[in-house]
Amino acid sequence: MSSSTRPTTKEVAAPPLAPDRLEVSTTRRAPSGRRLTSWATPWLFLLPYLVLFGTFVVAPIVYGFWISLHDYDYTLPGKPWVGLRNYTNLFDSDSITAGPFWDGMQATAIFTVFSVPLLLIVPLAVAIVMNQRFRGRNLFRAVYFAPYVLGVAVIGVLWRFLLDRNIGIVNHYMGVVGLPDDIPWLTSVPEAWVALVGVTVWWTLGFNAVIYLAGLQDIPAELYEAAKVDGANAWQRFRNVTLPGLRPVTSFVTMVTIIASVNMFGQSYLMTLGQPGTETRTVIYTITETGLRNFRMGDAAAMSYVLTLFLMVLSLAVFWLFREKKAA
Amino acid sequence: MATVVDTRPAPQEAAPAGRRRKGGKLALRYVVLIVLAVLFISPLIFMLVTSFKTRQEATAVPPTWIPETPTLQAYRDILDAEGTPVLRWFVNSMIAAACNAALVVATAAMAAYPLARMEFRFKKVVFGLIIATLFVPPVILIIPNYLIVGNLQWLDTLLAVIIPTAASAFGVFFLRQFFLSLPNELEEAAVLDGANKWQIFVRVVLPLSRPALVTLALLAFLTNWNDFLWPVYVLFSPETQTLPPGLSTLQSANNVRYDLIMAGAVIASAPVLALFVFAQRFVIEGVSRSGLKG
Repeated sequence: MSSSTRPTTKEVAAPPLAPDRLEVSTTRRAPSGRRLTSWATPWLFLLPYLVLFGTFVVAPIVYGFWISLHDYDYTLPGKPWVGLRNYTNLFDSDSITAGPFWDGMQATAIFTVFSVPLLLIVPLAVAIVMNQRFRGRNLFRAVYFAPYVLGVAVIGVLWRFLLDRNIGIVNHYMGVVGLPDDIPWLTSVPEAWVALVGVTVWWTLGFNAVIYLAGLQDIPAELYEAAKVDGANAWQRFRNVTLPGLRPVTSFVTMVTIIASVNMFGQSYLMTLGQPGTETRTVIYTITETGLRNFRMGDAAAMSYVLTLFLMVLSLAVFWLFREKKAA
Repeated sequence: MATVVDTRPAPQEAAPAGRRRKGGKLALRYVVLIVLAVLFISPLIFMLVTSFKTRQEATAVPPTWIPETPTLQAYRDILDAEGTPVLRWFVNSMIAAACNAALVVATAAMAAYPLARMEFRFKKVVFGLIIATLFVPPVILIIPNYLIVGNLQWLDTLLAVIIPTAASAFGVFFLRQFFLSLPNELEEAAVLDGANKWQIFVRVVLPLSRPALVTLALLAFLTNWNDFLWPVYVLFSPETQTLPPGLSTLQSANNVRYDLIMAGAVIASAPVLALFVFAQRFVIEGVSRSGLKG
């Protein structure tokens, strides 16, 4: 497919000043001007990637901001310039966009606040148990990781079935063990939040655990030996060897988990359909429905930039949090 | 399921003194691990079992774990159904994920090679820009990319789910790291043999990088196969959908026909689960290595 670009076979008219730094000049250097390397060689290698990268990553970042400055309705011919009005509308409780946007932000915040701590602690516990040698370790690791290789679409339709109020097996088995068996997992809050958070933990726990496990395996065994010699008990070894040794990995996992939680969409789209009302409609869901169903793209683009700003502040806070501890 | 509990202590833990205590601890660990494993895997087993049930049995209370009258009717009903052509979605997903993975690997490998092995102006700027986009939340790309893809006349075609996600910043980062770890000698030998950069790349660097290329291809395939949000909005005709948005269509078209919905879910899961079973090492190592960049 992309082999149409074969960099060095193309005749490149190199300008006289082109630096030929890389090549060992004792090797073949054809007099015809067909050089082994020219200034263009690295760029020809980069070209296919940069075309895609420029068109679908860099350009959209700028273009999206441009859209957000217009009353950009896909279905209408005119797209008048409105300056920052799409943004100020988001902070004006009388506008039609502020309500849905902040409801979405609130739904996302609830989901993030409850899912992130669980997804930091439970996988760490699993990784610590897995970080010892025992029979069948790889099998267990694979089993815990398995849900993660499935897409959110499978997860969503599967759990909508399992959590069905009347015929779902979750309520059935809760009844069997004497718990309430008619919990409206998908149609009422806070039950729906328990369902969305629980399913997400089940789905992505393995991913975080595998990253923790790799981090644990990088902590030198001598540190544990030395701590043992110094008389540290298991908890002290965890506090003073494991946690500091895991710091870079923990900061990465924290970041990735926060970003994934803030981007939550499929679970609520498929399991709760945003219900009850629009209570579990996350902000991403609001943005895509505003922009790609109702085609109010200016509003949606403005929302996505405000959300990005929030995410950046949150990321900086996480960076700062982990850096601060390092200095201590 | 797995009921055999191996309580024998692993060799290096068999300290003669605390043998019994360790044995008890080990048994406890297995109980915890097995309970957790059952919790993890049983939803997937129930999905599979339900897909072989009749319409009535699929929603029967109490639920059955072995179909009383096993049937393939659910699969027969959805594979070629009007409005929900699951077989077509399967083929679409295969084409999209395979093309996307190939494109990701090809473009990322070509881009990573000069970034690892050549000196040129603006190299740091280019690499820095690529890495910076790893931190750009995908949400800000959705609206503008919808318009860009629309202008290219790609909406409601597979190109919309193959091309825009093919520029993988992670792929460039990952392969550059791998290329940097390769010994220089073979490339130098190839230069002495008169090979040009392209020949060195194709005949020396790529063959040496096979494990990294396979890992990246697998991760790209999985990501594309599972992608949900973007295809939900850019593929709207039943014939052009991939499996994830298709499952959403299937769910809304068959409200309580869980036999049909689970059959669709099994079809969407089987290839990635099979891939995971056969290439577990690549997938898990690829994922865990992605964490070490932090």
